[in-house]
Order: sequence, then C-alpha cells, then structure tokens
Amino acid sequence: MSLAVDIQKTLITRERKFELSVSFTGNCQRIVLFGPSGAGKTLTLQAVAGLLKPDRGTITLGGEPLFDARRGIDVPARSRGAAYLFQDYALFPHLNVRQNVGFSLRQGWLNPRAREVTRAVEYWLDAFELHAVAGNYPAELSGGQRQRVALARALAAQPRILLLDEPFAALDANMRERMRRELSDLQTRLDIPMVLITHDEADVAVFGDQVVHVDQGRVQNVAHDEALAVRDVSR
Amino acid sequence: MQDAWIPLALSLKVASWATALDLLFGVAAALALARWRSGARDVVDALLTLPLVMPPTVLGYYLLVLLGRRGPIGAWLDTFGVRLVFTWEGAVIASMIAAFPLVLKSARAAFEATDPQLEHAARTLGLSETAIFFRVTLPLAARGILAGALLSFARALGEFGATLMLAGNLPGRTQTLSVAVYSAVQAGDDHTANVLVLVTSVVCVTVLLVAGRLVPQHTLSTSR
Repeated sequence: MSLAVDIQKTLITRERKFELSVSFTGNCQRIVLFGPSGAGKTLTLQAVAGLLKPDRGTITLGGEPLFDARRGIDVPARSRGAAYLFQDYALFPHLNVRQNVGFSLRQGWLNPRAREVTRAVEYWLDAFELHAVAGNYPAELSGGQRQRVALARALAAQPRILLLDEPFAALDANMRERMRRELSDLQTRLDIPMVLITHDEADVAVFGDQVVHVDQGRVQNVAHDEALAVRDVSR
Repeated sequence: MQDAWIPLALSLKVASWATALDLLFGVAAALALARWRSGARDVVDALLTLPLVMPPTVLGYYLLVLLGRRGPIGAWLDTFGVRLVFTWEGAVIASMIAAFPLVLKSARAAFEATDPQLEHAARTLGLSETAIFFRVTLPLAARGILAGALLSFARALGEFGATLMLAGNLPGRTQTLSVAVYSAVQAGDDHTANVLVLVTSVVCVTVLLVAGRLVPQHTLSTSR
C-alpha cells in the first residue's frame, strides 16, 4: 500500500513557533519515521490519523485521498481506517482488558459489558496471550501487557494501516527487545502496512524497509537502505 | 412528630428536582466551558458562579423580580398559566439556582482533567463524537460530577434565603425543612424545632453515606 504525505502546518505556542513541512511517499509495508524528539514525527503521524489538521497539502492512502486542503477533503479520524498506537498506549482506565480490546467492535453509545464474550475479542485475547488478565484494568497491568492490549485493541478495528508512535519507548530494555520481535512477527503474519516513528536506531534496523529521516519539521532524506539512513544521521 | 414528615418530604422532593436539573444544565454548561476557546469564557464562568457568592436573600430578590407575575420572565410564564412565586416549583427554581455553581465547578474540573488522548484513541477506533462523550468522557468525569451533584443536593436541602423569598413559608406547600425550623423557633415551639433539626441531621448523614457507595469501585482504584 502506498502512503503519500505532503503537508504543511504552523504551530504557535507561547514559547515557540514550529513549522512542519513534511513530504514523502512510502510504498513499503514498513515505513519508519526517524529523527530526534521534537522533530515533528508525532505531528506527522497525527495528521495521517486525522487527529491533526494540516494548514495545506494532501495525504493519500492507497490511492484514496484522506486529506486535500485545496479540494476541501478531510476524512474524519473515525473513517480513515488508521489504527494509532499511542506512546503511552492510551488504554481506557475505566474499562477492563476485554472491554478495551472490544471497544471498536461496538459502535453505539454503550461500552461493551465487562464479561461480554465475542468471537473477535476472544481471537485477539488469544493472539496476544491476554486471557489471564482479561478481567483486569489497565492500572493493574505491566508495561508489556499494556502494549499488547493497545495492539489488540487497535487491530480488532481491522485497520488498513497501523500507526505506531514510539511503541517501545515506555518499556525497559529486555521487554523492548521482546516486543520488537513480537511486533515484527505480527506485522509479517498479518501483512498490514505500518508506519512507526522512533528516535532509536535499533527500531530502524528491525522495521526500516523504508526510512524517512525527519528533523526540525522537515524530511531530510528518504532511504530504502536502513544502514545508509542511520549512517547518514549519525555522521 | 407527624409534623416533621411533611416538610421533610417536601424538602427531599425539592432538592431531588433541583439536583436533577442542576446535573442536566450543569454538565452541559461545564462541557461547553471546558471546550470553548474564547476570552468570554471567564466572564460567563463568573456570571454562572455568582449564586455561590451572593447572599441568598439577594439571589431570592433577583428571582422574585424576574419571576414574579409582573417580572419579565414571570409575565411570559403567566401566559402559559405557570406561576412560580409561592409554589413548590418556585422552591425548586430557587434551590436549583443556588446550588448550580457546585455542579458546574466540579463537572468542569472533571472534564478538564480527562486526558484528551483517550478521546483521540476512541476517534481512531471509529467512534462518533456522541459515542465518545457517553463511553469515554462522561464515565471518566463521572466521579467528579457525582461529587458535585452530592454537594448540590446538600446545598439544595439546606437552601433557606432564596426559597423563603421566592416560594414563601406556606406550611404543607412551600415550607421546607430549613424554613420549618426557622418558623418553629420563631413560634417558640422548641419540641418541633428539636425534631426537625434531628431529622435534618439524620437525612444529611444518610445522604453522605449513600453517596459514598454510589461511586463504582474500579473508578476509585484507577483514578489515582
């Protein structure tokens, strides 16, 4: 699937003015946005998800325009089919694991019931080995479990693309290694396109089929060879 | 003893109605204030908070002027046959206005404390804005809103000044517990006053105990 992003956005806060001007075309299943914190990676990812509205430009996913300032197209976040994994996972604290995973499977005004068993939820609980903690609340889970719940919740919505914001930053070193492998296997198995943002070169080595190097709100270069990209950055 | 039940029942009825209306309007106003990005926001907030700091008799006088049969709102209501002065509905209005800021303040603080990222997450999971409000925002703010409703109920139950000004002191019709206590003391009827004060105290303690149980357990454990 191809993802084409060409957006501009000016953000003004009391302390500073930030100009985001990002343009790249991704045509791999694994795209990494790589750069230091504060470079504008998260803003770019939020724009793709529909959580941030650019001032100008276009965003196209698989040939379908998600955003086009000139033509007045702005598909709402809920209809973009883009699952977003937040840095600190953003699990719903008032819902247990089962309800979090099944959150998107019920579209009405009521949350799934605490003990509601549906085939889709069971499938994702199995896939992420979450059965033992299905009745627990997010505050009672470990970092690795929280990430699994967040992934299961995102994938249960059957997204067209998976957007991951620094998915391993909140984990300790051992867990980070393990979850990296899990996510890599999962992506291969599901064959779902993903965009991952990171400032960690180890993530680039595992997921960087295509590396978009972002710094100071701009794309510095796009490389298909992760080694080259990293070398370029650390020069 | 028989005499205590009538003002007690009336007080509970008035306070319940006032709290229900406060919840409805208070939550709506709090949500609007929490989301509204404008300089006028603080002015509106200050105006809506006035009943908290104004003397209840002054508040009651305002209501009497506005809602009286010759007042601008009262005259309009009169064309529909609705009269608020010297009626229990008037007592509801007086208690409602007096207790309104308590729900507003608590609900606004609760809405502003909810993590916007959770609403973002719900958006990417395909929910409509209305569904997000009922499934994420409201449950997360529920504890704060409930606390506000409890305070508002207690305030409405104890409301005296504004109620007396607007609804008067008609035994069996607008004489609520706190007004009845005042009447009994004025009339030198110490026995009735004692009973009424005791009943009021028991009701207040009961309300506090019941409210403590209303808060769901897991909300308590996760909203650290």
